[in-house]
Parts: sequence; structure tokens; C-alpha cells
Amino acid sequence: MDKVKVIEIKKSVFADNDRDADSLRSELKSKGVYLLNLMSSPGSGKTTTLIRTINLLKDKLRIAVMEADIDSDVDAVKIKEATGIQSIQLHTGGMCHLDAEMTRQGLDNVMLEGVDLVILENVGNLVCPAEFDTGAVRNAMILSVPEGDDKPLKYPLMFSVCDLVIINKMDVLPYFNFDLEKCKEYVKMRNPRARVIPICALNGEGVEAFADWLLEEVTNWKQ
Amino acid sequence: MHELGIVFYIIRDVKQAAEQNGVEHVSAVVMNIGEVSTIVPEYLTDCWRWAADKEEMLKGCELKILTVPAITHCDSCGEQYPTVKFGKKCPHCGSDKTWLLQGNEVEIKEIEVT
Repeated sequence: MDKVKVIEIKKSVFADNDRDADSLRSELKSKGVYLLNLMSSPGSGKTTTLIRTINLLKDKLRIAVMEADIDSDVDAVKIKEATGIQSIQLHTGGMCHLDAEMTRQGLDNVMLEGVDLVILENVGNLVCPAEFDTGAVRNAMILSVPEGDDKPLKYPLMFSVCDLVIINKMDVLPYFNFDLEKCKEYVKMRNPRARVIPICALNGEGVEAFADWLLEEVTNWKQ
Repeated sequence: MHELGIVFYIIRDVKQAAEQNGVEHVSAVVMNIGEVSTIVPEYLTDCWRWAADKEEMLKGCELKILTVPAITHCDSCGEQYPTVKFGKKCPHCGSDKTWLLQGNEVEIKEIEVT
């Protein structure tokens, strides 16, 4: 048998992505563009929440949206029709998440001139997107009431990387066994600094708190 | 469920390292996978087999996985304990001021070439 030669590599699989993400973030900082990475399960109400929020903010900020999905452009079209803002669709080519390089390629297709805020709607999935730094300034996620209050226990990484957890579909709370206080406690276990905002995207309740948070974030980033 | 995506990153890095070292064929890739890295080793090796065989340089190349035990350090009492068994709360003093010392690695340790 041939002699085996070992070449030591000792390199994290995420190292290149982390570096790309850091360089994208500093580029965005110099351009004064704030990028939010919004994650959730499929069907948690990301698009409806975005439409509400954008309509509250569009007189104060110039906003663009990048929709990432495995296929179709229904979300990008829906956002554009409902808000009139710039909205583009990214296809991940079967991948379950976006990485920093894919995010950069997406941003190349956005007219960034004068834009203050870009919201990246990541692939609906609580596992993979949490692993990959997209280059966003902050990570936020939407958890909806029907999914259950124990999700922070089941998907620890997702909740530990998010600075903001939005709890959507508060209108159906009476029909589900969902304990809001318990859920907040579980979120804090994963990330003591995480802010929790309960909303109902359908009737708009609480959405203002999310819009205020975003406005403050963008203002601080541009200073 | 994201193991296939991870496999594509491994393939990219391994090919790069092989080219830098003038290697034409890699016979094995050794990975350090942390116990709490969210990687399921069986899925990773399954995805690896499917994807690696599509690459000339990696045909038949074996993916060897070394498990890195997860260990948490407690800032309150200074002790260390196994993460999987006790989670975030220190079993020595009950504090939750703890942090993961090791165990979330997804790292290419080395490659073997013949």
C-alpha cells in the first residue's frame, strides 16, 4: 500500500464566510446602509410583517427588500405591490440558507444609492440560516404563536444569534397553548440581551414597536 | 438538514488546500466536529459520499469524523463540566454565567493523500 501523507489544514468551515461577512459589514457601514437579516420558519408571517413595517417607515427611511427563497418570486412581487419599494428576489439554488457571498451578489442587484435600510428575508428555516453570518448588522427572527413557546429550547443557535425576537400572530393566542412569559424566559436563556416584541401583523398591533426599533437601529448605524 | 451545504464548503476548502500543495487526489479528509455543532455526523458522511464522488479529485475520498466533546466553563465557580449532560446551568454551583469552551467546531483538521 502507498504511504499516506497527511497535510494539516486546521481551518473552520465557517472561516471564509465569517471573513466575507465582516468585510461586507464594513463596506455597508462606509456606505451608510443598514442590513437586517430576518429569519423564521416558513409561514410565520415574515412577508405580512414586512409590508406593515415598511408602510410605517417608508416616509422616514429609504428601504429595499431582498427575498431569498429556494424558488419562485411570489414574496418579492407581493412586497413590491403592497409597498411600492424596491424588492428583488434571490434564489438560493436549492441551498437552505444564504451566506455572505450570496448576500453580496444579491446586494449587487439592488440600487443602493440613497438607500438607508435593506431587509434580507432569509430562507424560512430555523436551523441553517443561524449558522451563516450574512454580513447583516443585526439578526432578527419571527416566531409565530402556533409554532409553540418551546422553540427557543429546540433551536438554541437561532435564538442565541438573534438580537430581536418578534412574536407574531398574537391574535390567535387564546386558541393555542402558548405561554408568552415562558417564551420570553426561554429566549433570555439563549440570549440575555435579546429584545422580544409581540405583534399581530394581520391587524398591525405592536408593529410600531418593531418599526421604532428599526428606525433607532438605522439612525445609530449611520452616525 | 444543512449538512449538504456544509459539505460544499468542505469540498471548496479541501480542493483549495490540495491545489496549493500540488495534490491531484485526496484519499481522506479528517474533520473535527463538536458535539454541539448541530452537525449530524451520519448525514454529513452521506452528503459527502454523494457530493465528493462528483469531483475528480475526491472520488472515493473518505470523510473521517473526530468528535470534539462539548465542555462548558463556569465563570462563577471556575469549574468545567460536560455541556450535553448539564446544559447552560453549572452543576457545581447552579450559576448560569457559563460559556462554551469547546464543542461547536466544524473544522477541517487534515487531509490524507497517497
